Amino acid sequence: MAAIATLKDLYETLSPGLPGAGAAGLDRLRADGYARFLADGIPTPKVEGWKYTNLRDLAGVSLAPAQGAANTDLALPSVAPGETHRLVFVDGRFNAALSAVGTLPQGVTLDSLRGLIEASPAYAAEVLDRFPAPKSDTGLRVGPNPGRGQALGLVGLNGAFLAEGAVLTVGEGVTLAQPVEFVFIATAADGAWHPRLLIDVAAGAKVTVAEHHVARGGGATFANIVSGVRVGEGAILRHAKFQEEAETALHLASVTATVAASGTYETFVLTTGGRLARTDVQVRLEGPGASTRVSGAYGVDGSRHADFTSLIDHVAANCTSREVVKGVIDGRGRAVFQGKIIVRPDAQKTDGHQLNRALLLSDTAEIDAKPELEIYADDVKCSHGATAGELDEEALFYLRARGIPADTARALLIAAFLDEVAEEIGDERLRAYAMARIQERIGRLTGITVDTDVPVLGE
Amino acid sequence: MLEIKNLHATVDGKEILKGINLTINPGEVHAIMGPNGSGKSTLSYVLSGRDGYEVTEGSVTFQGKDLLAMEAEERAAEGVFLAFQYPVEIPGVSNTTFLKTALNAVRKHKGLPELDAMQFLKLIRAKAKALNMNDDMIKRAVNVGFSGGEKKRNDILQMAMLEPSFAILDETDSGLDIDALKLVADGVNSLRSPERSMLVITHYQRLLSYIVPDHVHVLAYGKIVRSGGKELALELEAKGYAEFGSPEAA
Repeated sequence: MAAIATLKDLYETLSPGLPGAGAAGLDRLRADGYARFLADGIPTPKVEGWKYTNLRDLAGVSLAPAQGAANTDLALPSVAPGETHRLVFVDGRFNAALSAVGTLPQGVTLDSLRGLIEASPAYAAEVLDRFPAPKSDTGLRVGPNPGRGQALGLVGLNGAFLAEGAVLTVGEGVTLAQPVEFVFIATAADGAWHPRLLIDVAAGAKVTVAEHHVARGGGATFANIVSGVRVGEGAILRHAKFQEEAETALHLASVTATVAASGTYETFVLTTGGRLARTDVQVRLEGPGASTRVSGAYGVDGSRHADFTSLIDHVAANCTSREVVKGVIDGRGRAVFQGKIIVRPDAQKTDGHQLNRALLLSDTAEIDAKPELEIYADDVKCSHGATAGELDEEALFYLRARGIPADTARALLIAAFLDEVAEEIGDERLRAYAMARIQERIGRLTGITVDTDVPVLGE
Repeated sequence: MLEIKNLHATVDGKEILKGINLTINPGEVHAIMGPNGSGKSTLSYVLSGRDGYEVTEGSVTFQGKDLLAMEAEERAAEGVFLAFQYPVEIPGVSNTTFLKTALNAVRKHKGLPELDAMQFLKLIRAKAKALNMNDDMIKRAVNVGFSGGEKKRNDILQMAMLEPSFAILDETDSGLDIDALKLVADGVNSLRSPERSMLVITHYQRLLSYIVPDHVHVLAYGKIVRSGGKELALELEAKGYAEFGSPEAA
C-alpha cells in the first residue's frame, strides 16, 4: 500500500523532530506504534469489524501530521461559552492563544500533551502508559474475535506520531463544576492529526468533558484520534463528542475506557460531519456496580458515511450498561452500527440494554446494523433491538392536518427522533448543546428551522 | 360553507364513495351515520386531504374554493379541521411545540401576526382549562401515554386553538366512557357558533344525544341513502341499518 511505503519516509524524517524525541519512554511508545502500523496497516473490509466501512479513501489522503495554523481568530464552539476549561487545537496542533484553562481546583490537572512532553518526557511517557490500550481481541477463548472493534493499525499510526493531545486528571473526590472542552478546528485544505486524549477521573471525582471537532474552512483533513479513559471507584465522567467536520473530512476515533467499582462512564457521540466518520468505543466495566451509558446520534446525507461501533465488556458483577444509537440517513448516505455486549462468566446480575434505530429518508439510504450479545454468565438481564424505518406517515398526516406544512412536519419528526437520543445525556449542558446542534443540522438538511422555543409551563 | 357534489373516491383502486351529495350551511351541524364499511372514514379523509385517497369524480367546494385542489395543510389553514377517530401518538414532539407550530402556520396563512411564546402559553392554558386539561397534559409529547378520553380531549383542544370554520368529528365517541364523552361533547358544543359548521360522523346515536345535529344523513355503501332531522338518529338506533341493504346490493 502506497500509504505504508511513504509512511516509512515520513516516520524516519519526522520522528527526530517530535517533542521529547530521544527520551527512552517516548521513543519506545512511538516505535511500538510504528511497528503496530506496519504489522496491521489500515484495516480492510476483510477484517470483521470493518466489513461495512471501507477506508479506501484514506489512500488519497496525507497521513503526515499537519503543521497547524497560527490562526487565532476562529469562532470556537462551546457547550457553555466562557465557563469551561478549554484546550484548543488548530489543524491538530495545540494552540495556546485560543486555549483557556482558567483556574482549576486543587487536584485537577489539564495539559496539552505537547506541553507535558516538553516539560518532562519521562513523566509524559509514564502518564501515557497508565491508560488502557485498545485490544483487537477480547481475550475470550470462545469463538474467534479477530480485529473486532478498534483497528490497531490506526492506533499504531497515532502512536507513531505521538505529540499532540490532552491529558486531564481529576483527583480523588474532586468535583469539577465547569466542563472541560477539547476543541479541534480544521482550517487546512488537507493534512492529518493523530491526537491522544487521556482522561483520568480518580475515585469519587466528577467531571464533564465536551469534545468538539469542527471545520472553519477545513477540507479533506484526516483526524485519527485515540482516547484513553479511566473512571475510578464511584467516579462519574460525562463525556460528549460533537463531530461536525467538513463534508470532505475523514474522522476515525477509538476510545478505550475502564470503569472501576460503582463508577459511571457516560459517553455521547454526535456525528454530523465528515465524508466518513467512525467512532469506536470500548468500555470495560471492571468493578462491581460499575455502569455505562453509551449513546449516539448521527445524520448522513449525500454519499457520506457514519459508523458507530461499540464493545461493552461486562467483567464484574452487578454492572449496568445502556446503549442507544439513532440516526437519520438521506440521499445515498450510509450508516453502520455495530454493538457488542460481552458478559463474562463472573459478571452475574448484569443489566445490559442496547437499542439501535435508523430513520431512512430516501430509497438509496442504507444502514448496516449488527447487534451482538455474547453471554457467559447465567443470571443476567440483557436485551437488544435494531430497527430501520421511514417517517411515520400517520404522524406526518396528523401534523399536516393541523396546518403544519409538510417540510416542517418532516423536520419536526426528524428532530423528535433524534432528540430522544439526546435525552440519554445526563449532563444538562451537554444535552442542551446536543439538541441545539441536532436542530441546526436538521435545519440544513431540510431547509426548515424548527421552533421549539416554547417556555416550560409554570415558569 | 361546504358543497359536496357527486363525490366518487377510490382507495387502492376500490371505489368506496359512489356519488355523495351534501351541502352544509354556516352554523349547521350535520351527522353522518352508517354501518361499518359504509365509507364514513373515507369521506373524512378525502375532505381533510389524506394521501392514498383518489377522487375519481365530483367536486368539493369550501367557502367558494376548490377544496380538493389543496394540500392537507392548506385545507387546515383555510379552516377545515379533522378530529381523528384515532389521534396519533408522536413521541418526542411536545403538545406545546406542535400546537404553536400549527397555530402560527395557520395564522400566517390568514395574514395574522404569529404569537410569541408567552401569548401562546396564555391562550393554550385558557383553552385547556375549559377542557379540564392540566399543564402536564399540554407539555407532554403529543398523545403519548394519553388515555382514549385524553386523546379525544387533546384533539378538541387543538380545535379550540385553531378555531376552524368547518370541523369533521370522525367517530369521536369511539372508546369513550360516558364521563369522557360528556366532557368531549361539552367541548365541542362550546365551539358551536353561527359561523362554524360541523360534520359529525358516528356509528351510534349515543353521541348525538350530546351533540345534537340539525340534519342526519345515512351513508350506506358509498352513498347517502336517506336524510332527515335529528329524529332520524333515534329511528336508526331502534331499527338498525339493515333496511339500507348490503354491499352487494349497492
